[in-house]
Amino acid sequence: MNTVLEIRLLAGRSLRHIPRIPEKLFGGLLMPIVFVLLFAYVFGSAIAVPGGGDYHDYLVSGIFAQSMIGTIPGISVGVASDIRSGLMDRLRALPIARASVIAGRTIAELVELCAGLVVVVICGLIVGWAPHGTILETLAAFALLIVTAFGVTWVGVWIGLMVRDPDGADGIALSIIFPLMFLSGIFVPVEGLPDGLRQVAEWNPLTALATACRELFGSPTGDVPDVWPLQHPVLASLAWAALLTAIFVPLSVRRYQRL
Amino acid sequence: MNSYAVRTDALGRRFSETDALRDLDLEVAPGTVLGLLGHNGAGKTTAVRILTTLLEPTAGRAEVAGHDVARAPAAVREQIAVAGQDASLDERLTGRENLMLLGRLQRLSKADAAARTEQLLERFGLADAAGRLLGTYSGGMRRRLDLAACLVVRRPVVFLDEPTTGLDPAARADMWGAIADLVTEGAALILTTQYLEEADRLADRIVVLSGGRTVAEGTPAELKRRVGERRVHITLDAFEEAARRLDAEVDPRARRVSVAAPNGPDDLRRILDALDDLDVEEASLAQPTLDEAFFALT
Repeated sequence: MNTVLEIRLLAGRSLRHIPRIPEKLFGGLLMPIVFVLLFAYVFGSAIAVPGGGDYHDYLVSGIFAQSMIGTIPGISVGVASDIRSGLMDRLRALPIARASVIAGRTIAELVELCAGLVVVVICGLIVGWAPHGTILETLAAFALLIVTAFGVTWVGVWIGLMVRDPDGADGIALSIIFPLMFLSGIFVPVEGLPDGLRQVAEWNPLTALATACRELFGSPTGDVPDVWPLQHPVLASLAWAALLTAIFVPLSVRRYQRL
Repeated sequence: MNSYAVRTDALGRRFSETDALRDLDLEVAPGTVLGLLGHNGAGKTTAVRILTTLLEPTAGRAEVAGHDVARAPAAVREQIAVAGQDASLDERLTGRENLMLLGRLQRLSKADAAARTEQLLERFGLADAAGRLLGTYSGGMRRRLDLAACLVVRRPVVFLDEPTTGLDPAARADMWGAIADLVTEGAALILTTQYLEEADRLADRIVVLSGGRTVAEGTPAELKRRVGERRVHITLDAFEEAARRLDAEVDPRARRVSVAAPNGPDDLRRILDALDDLDVEEASLAQPTLDEAFFALT
């Protein structure tokens, strides 16, 4: 019971930061809007969905996947800042469950991410996106996004714990998420990519997640390549989330204990 | 063992090939202050990190409030309060929110945490700034809030790691008053510092660390005595002539000569007689300072 209260208090502490850190607000909430507007109205006119269908529908369902990894820099910088300022040590020396500190931060990130999803939904509805699947499929899409976000959040925690420097953590996180984002099927169909890059994009977890979202929201998927993760995108996305969680939770906990 | 708030026995910590701390033996009674004194890298912070359960020792053992730091770290954490080298609080929370959070995490009810927070903000002169983000606080205000954060819940053992580093003399004097109050209330306090004046003023006993090892231990007076005998200091314009007559050490910038005075006042009289024809401006008989002791010992 105490641990639940501790996690709630520490999550509340992190959530209070959101309006007080403009860059965090931008990364979590505004960046997806920028991408929707940029691709829907600037690049979108030059992009056709193979097999037909509305590009705005295709794009917005992909942007949901993109917003999942957009939180990595925020959480890694937050964790590194807490270490750098000595706050992490102060919390670790308190008579509270040590896991509460990281769990509180992770829960706060998930709450923030849900707020980000609402922003993408509103933005998507404005540009013409709409879920065409059943209510159950739509809820399953959001559940899948949150499950994936849980695994991804731990990657951010681990980067923050390893790097321990806010600027360094930000740089590393961005250098991971940008290639992952653009070498995926979030914005454009992967079929047009040259050999080598296409295979990377086909096996990129974000491509599987974007494809899963498109299937569940009933958006156009384009011509789905004949590779296992994209033929079974929901299962593949769950597997990626499980793999990230299985790897990065123990790594983070181990690192946290040895700070 | 339990009569000590802190006790260590041959405590050590090794990082790869380097001994950050070696063979540290400490005994700190409740209601007393132990000063850990040393240059940067002497091992002070390593010792504090071990005693506050943030780092595991690689040799020896340590007990805090009767609990072994390696075997019962959770029990140790119930008994300690810690202020690190930096004002280790949340920059993005207000002063009030920081104290409230720490109170609530330490199981105070919302009402008790709020009452304690207001009491501490008042006591440390931070009531007017309580609603401002910590990031807008001056160095002195941050340090005061940091110390207040140690007192949200009273603990029998308090660790302060260089609590006045970077503060101006007035802010430092304020902090010393607050720290002295803490000890009056019965807490055992371990204070690391690079300021000899601070150790001299606050500590009942001092352990001098150098290169991870204890190089001296005792009360401030004992450490000063260990460095050597009393000295006579004479300030005068004809300091070169005085130095020649007395075979004394000279500080030309201060126009001062210094001579050993093992016989105290008798030596002072003898020296003044020897300089009778020179115009002596000032003469004093003094114990070595803790600064002199520190530099002689490290």
